[in-house]
Amino acid sequence: MKALQDKARELLATKAVQVVIGYGRGRRGEARALFIREAAGVRDLIFDETCRQNLAVYLMKPEVRKLGKAALVASPAVLRTILQLAAENQVPENGLLALAVPASGDEVVALASFAALEAHVAALDNDLSAGEKAELQKFAAMDLDERQRFWQEQFSRCLKCYACRAACPLCYCTRCTVECNQPQWIPVPAHDLGNLEWNVMRAMHLAGRCVNCGDCSRACPAGIPLYLLNQKLISDVFAGFGSRSGMAAAGDNAMSTFKPNDPEDFIK
Amino acid sequence: MKGMEIETRSINREALAKWISLWRSEGKRILAPKKIGDQVDFASVASLDEVSLEQVQTVQSPKMAIFPRVEELFSFHSADGRVELRDRNLEALPETVVFGLRPCDAAAVAALKAIFTWDSPDSLFSARLARTTIVGVACSRADADCFCTSVGGSPGGVEGSDILLTAMGQGDYLAEIVTARGREMLQSAGALFGNAANTDKESRLAKVQAVFDPAAVASALSRLFDDAAFWEEQSRRCIGCGACAYVCPTCACFDIQDEGGISGKRLRCWDSCGFGLFTLHTSGHNPRPLQSQRWRQRLMHKFAYMPERQQVLGCVGCGRCSRACPVDMNILEHLQAAAEAKP
Repeated sequence: MKALQDKARELLATKAVQVVIGYGRGRRGEARALFIREAAGVRDLIFDETCRQNLAVYLMKPEVRKLGKAALVASPAVLRTILQLAAENQVPENGLLALAVPASGDEVVALASFAALEAHVAALDNDLSAGEKAELQKFAAMDLDERQRFWQEQFSRCLKCYACRAACPLCYCTRCTVECNQPQWIPVPAHDLGNLEWNVMRAMHLAGRCVNCGDCSRACPAGIPLYLLNQKLISDVFAGFGSRSGMAAAGDNAMSTFKPNDPEDFIK
Repeated sequence: MKGMEIETRSINREALAKWISLWRSEGKRILAPKKIGDQVDFASVASLDEVSLEQVQTVQSPKMAIFPRVEELFSFHSADGRVELRDRNLEALPETVVFGLRPCDAAAVAALKAIFTWDSPDSLFSARLARTTIVGVACSRADADCFCTSVGGSPGGVEGSDILLTAMGQGDYLAEIVTARGREMLQSAGALFGNAANTDKESRLAKVQAVFDPAAVASALSRLFDDAAFWEEQSRRCIGCGACAYVCPTCACFDIQDEGGISGKRLRCWDSCGFGLFTLHTSGHNPRPLQSQRWRQRLMHKFAYMPERQQVLGCVGCGRCSRACPVDMNILEHLQAAAEAKP
């Protein structure tokens, strides 16, 4: 914590950045995002296992952008998010500083260039955890009807509040498909069809892009385990394309790249 | 209902279970807090065994009983160049008992009613409300997000309930029969109730300190309306999702959607003033382009506009928005900040 606070203080004092986006302690003792603009404010910075929100979500918010250059306290998932956003031309090189903090929280590495970010991320374990893989295995063992019943029950509770979308730093479209109504591709009402289409569409738009931060599931007021869909797609994209999102600041996304020499002919 | 004396009776858990079975046998829909996965939410139940009363609050509110997240307003049918509109058959709406909701949620009905019957009464809402009986259960516990006493409620408040139960220990409940509808409920079940030996419910109730004065908050909010820096500071971590509005027992914004082609139905769906699309005009102009302006609207509507226009607060202090917020926006904290902001 001290290393992080010292680094943040130095960055603000030297005006290397105008804002440090990190975590502080909220009213109920939960971690919440903090936007620190004065060196004196760094004493409120914390970092521990309760600091789970993917702060990269704020990189797209106008009220945050206008504060100036930001340093972002970054877990491995946040680092992967920044690289994925870079690959999608959403963040400029050296436009922000990532403050990589290991789980112990007592050291900090400031990463500015995409090359430095890539090197740092490459040295991390970016695979799904053993527990996550085991949970996917349980689903793989279910038959199609069982899986369908599971998701129908889960989606029946979806309220269409779009907290999953708002919490996701990679759902940055200024106009989401659900908000296009000429034609209306996805039904707006939170009925069975609307909920199924929304949740499948959300997952598929993140296939090959999701960095597995888990914020969609944490945000869901209905408690739907959305992370399962994302992790299944992460696993499938890796199996089919050998690629993992958030590893490089340039490159094609597995599911949204058209190539004239694509071996599949259904798209031609 | 004003002036009607509240009758007090008692009922034990065993009789309560029978009472709920009786509603069921009368064909009523029963909505009550039920454990679903890791959380407790209102759902259709058939017996007391399915009901969870241990939690401080459910994640979602019971407003869906009278304001469903999706409902058909009418259907339209085109044939031979003619269009026919068919209204809903209001008689077919289910008789419903909402059981186990907290006094704050019962109080929220008044706010919803104020909105849906404000200028032109909403027939669908009114019909649902007329078929809904509210049997509340008072709060024996509260948490740091509860603030009913700051907005005119209390952990044992009877407002909005037809009958309010308070756990008195040893599986006994004090039953306060608040309305004529509550008395009607007892007519077919009177034998399940006994005389209330102990009517001192206060000692059984959660203690919730009042922390702000809503009138002071309303005037502070109006004063701060143009203070863009204040609202940006307050809402910087808000990510603009609709979780707060969707779990709120009084949020009533809706969106209208038509489904089908030349024949189909018109649907009313929950919406939120926190969404950028909510105020986007066809021209492309958006009067609230920033999240800070949308956050301001959320507070203004509940604490300034509704008291002014409808003489009712748009908040009952249930604390759901604070608990559901993925980024720890805490409404109580923001209201206090507004009240304490320097003019």
